[in-house]
Amino acid sequence: MNKIISKEHFSEKVVKLVVEAPMIAKARRPGHFVIVIDNERGERIPLTIADADVAAGTITLVVQAIGDSTRAICAMEPGEYLHDVTGPLGRATDIRHFGTVVCSGGGVGVAPLLPIIKGLKDAGNKVISVLAARTKELIILEEQVRQYSDEVIIMTDDGSYGTKGLVTNGVESVIEREPVDLVVTIGPAVMMKFVALTTKKYNVPTLCSLNTIMVDGTGMCGACRVTVDGKMRFVCVDGPEFDAHKVDFDEMILRLKA
Amino acid sequence: MKETIAPRDAEWREELRKAHTPKQRMAIPRVKMPELPADYRVTCNEEVNQGLSAEMAVLEATRCMDCPDPQCMTGCPVSINIPGFIKNIERGQFAQAALVLKETSALPAVCGRVCPQERQCESKCIYLKMGRPAVAIGYLERFAADTARTSGEQVTPACEAPNGKKIAVVGSGPAALSFAGDMVRRGYDITVYEALHEIGGVLKYGIPEFRLPNAVVDVEIDALRSQGVKMIKDCVIGKTLSYDDLLNEGFDGIFVASGAGLPRFMGIPGENLVNVMSSNEYLTRINLMHAGTPGYATPVPKVDRVAVIGGGNTAMDSVRTARRMGAKEVMLVYRRSEEEMPARLEEVKHAKEEGVKFMTLSNPVEYLGDERGRVRAMRVQRMELGEPDASGRRSPVAVEGAIDEIPVDLVIVSVGVSPNPLIPNSIAGLDVTSRGTIAVNDSLQSSIPMIFAGGDIVRGGATVILAMGDGRHAAQAMHEMLSGK
Repeated sequence: MNKIISKEHFSEKVVKLVVEAPMIAKARRPGHFVIVIDNERGERIPLTIADADVAAGTITLVVQAIGDSTRAICAMEPGEYLHDVTGPLGRATDIRHFGTVVCSGGGVGVAPLLPIIKGLKDAGNKVISVLAARTKELIILEEQVRQYSDEVIIMTDDGSYGTKGLVTNGVESVIEREPVDLVVTIGPAVMMKFVALTTKKYNVPTLCSLNTIMVDGTGMCGACRVTVDGKMRFVCVDGPEFDAHKVDFDEMILRLKA
Repeated sequence: MKETIAPRDAEWREELRKAHTPKQRMAIPRVKMPELPADYRVTCNEEVNQGLSAEMAVLEATRCMDCPDPQCMTGCPVSINIPGFIKNIERGQFAQAALVLKETSALPAVCGRVCPQERQCESKCIYLKMGRPAVAIGYLERFAADTARTSGEQVTPACEAPNGKKIAVVGSGPAALSFAGDMVRRGYDITVYEALHEIGGVLKYGIPEFRLPNAVVDVEIDALRSQGVKMIKDCVIGKTLSYDDLLNEGFDGIFVASGAGLPRFMGIPGENLVNVMSSNEYLTRINLMHAGTPGYATPVPKVDRVAVIGGGNTAMDSVRTARRMGAKEVMLVYRRSEEEMPARLEEVKHAKEEGVKFMTLSNPVEYLGDERGRVRAMRVQRMELGEPDASGRRSPVAVEGAIDEIPVDLVIVSVGVSPNPLIPNSIAGLDVTSRGTIAVNDSLQSSIPMIFAGGDIVRGGATVILAMGDGRHAAQAMHEMLSGK
C-alpha cells in the first residue's frame, strides 16, 4: 500500500501524484517505470516515474485518464492509498555527454522526459526541449523543463501557444539550424514514429521510450513485446528505451489497440 | 534435521504390517479419484479432483505393503517418508501422516495435486512389478495434507531456537517456499522477497484454480508465516533492492529462486498480431489478475476459437482454462504425437474429457490477421515422425505440401520459457550459463559463495517438485556452510 501525499491537476485529464515509495525513490534513475495497481481488484499498469525525492521517500507520477484504471487513479485524493507500486523497472536511460541533445515530448510524455532532461543537462549537454500538445492547456511541466533546458520550443496543433505545428516541425527546425548529436522522444506512439521518420532523414541518432501494454512488467508475460531491428524485444526488461529508427511502430500501434 | 516421527521399526508399524497378508492387500483395487463431471466443470473454476474420503484413503493406504526397502522414496525429489505417512493413514492417524509429510515438504497439499507421481514415486512402486496399478501415493498425500488443513489440528513442525543468521530468499514460488520452510526450522531468520503483488509464484500466476485452488496455497504460505518467515511483496531484487542493499541489511546468505521468466515464441510470421499471446500472459491474466471474473479490471479476450501451441502441462492448463472462459472450440496444436507429449497423463485425460480437440503432428507456420491486426487464422503444417532426436523422442518432420488454414480468434503460445535476465544482469560477478541460467555447483552454490540458486532460474523450465527439491538441497548446503559443518 502506497499513500498518495499530494495531487495536482495539470489539465482536466492529467494529474500529478506524489506517492510514498521510499525504496523506489532511492533506487530509481531516469527512464525507469513502475507498475501500479489502484485497488485490490485492479489491473497492473506501467507508469513512468517523473521525479523522486529520496529524503521524503516519494516518487512523482503523472497520469493521464485514458482507461478505466487511469481514470480511477486520477480520481484518487491525497491520503488515499494505491494498492501496489512496484519498481523501479526497466533499464535506466544511458545518461552521458553527447553534445547537443533535442528532447521532444508530447502530452504526458513530458513527465518521463523531465528526469532525462535533468540528467542530460547535469552531464554537460546542451539541451533543447521541444514540448508539444494539441492545445495550450495540455502543455505540462513547462516551468521545470525550462529550468534544465538551454532552450524550450513549444508547439501546439491549434497554435494557441508557442508555434503552430507538430512536434516534428519543432525538432526539424533545430536539426536544420545546428548540429544535433541525439534526439530523445517520448509521447504517443504515433508521435514517436514521426519524430523517428524525421530524424532518420538527417541521420540523427534517436531514442524513444515505449509505453506498451504490460501485465507483470518483470519479463514474464511477453505482452509488451515489440519488434526492434527485426528481433523480438520485451519493453519491460530490454527497454523501455530503444533506437527509434529500428522500432516497428506500425506493429506496436496495432498491438496498443488490443 | 530431526529423524522421522514414523520409523519403519516403530511398534505400531510392525503390528500394522501383520494385520493383513500381502495377498489381502493386493486384492484391493486401486482407488479412483472422485471428479466433477466434465460438462459441469467447464462451466466453473471448481477443483476437478474432489479428493478421497477417509474410508477410501484408509483402504488405499492398506494396499501399501510397507516394503523393507521402499523404492517409492527414491523416486521422490524431496525424499518424503512415503510408507511412514501412508501407514499413519492406514491406522487412522491423519494428523500424524501430515506431520510426516511436513518433515520434508513445506507444500504437501500442493505436491499431492501437481506432482507427476506416475513418473516419480508411483513409477517405483512394487505393485507395478507385479503388473498391478501403483499405490495412489499422490492422492494419499493430498488426503493427509487436506485433512490436516481442514481439521484445524496443529501440524507445523517445531523450529529450532533462533541462530541469529539472516537469509534472503528471492522469489516466492515452490523452490523459495521449500527453502524457506527448511531454513526457518533450522532457526534462521528468513525474509522472502516477491516481485509480484501475491506470494506463491507459479503456484498463483501459473497453475489454474481448478487444478490447485489458491486457498490451498495460502494455507501453506500462512503456515510458513506462523513459523516466522517474513514475506515482502512488490519488491524486485536487482531493481527495488540491489545485491549491495541486501549485504548492507546484514544478510548472511541469499537463495535466488526467481523463476523462469521470458516466454518463448516461435519466430513465425504473424506472431505479434493482436490476440496471439504467451501462455504466461494468458494464465497470469486469469489466475493472478482474475480476468474474466466480474469486478476485476484486467481484460482477457472472450472468443469462440482458441488454439494453444505446445504439449506440456502449461499447454494443458491453457486449453482447459480456455474452455472455462467460454471458448466453444479449443484446439491443442502439438508438433509431435500424443506419445511424446510432456504433459501429465491426468491433464491429457481431463483436457480430452472437457472437449479439447487434439491436433497432434501439427505445427503452425504462420498466423494471418484481419484488417484490425487481430489474428483470424493459422496456417498449420502437418508433420510425421522421423528418426529419434537427442532427447530420444522421434523428431517430427514436415509432410511436404500439407498445410491447412484453420480459422482461430486467439492463439496461446506455450512452447517454453527462457530464464529471466533480471537477477543475472543485476549482480556483478554472478556466473551465468550460455542458456542464461545461473551457474551453480552440485550444492546449488553460485560463483558468489553466499548466493545459492534453484528452481527454474537454474533449470530453465522444470516442475514444481524439482524446484522444491532444489529448495531443500540448497537449504541443506547453505546450512552446512553457515554452521561450519
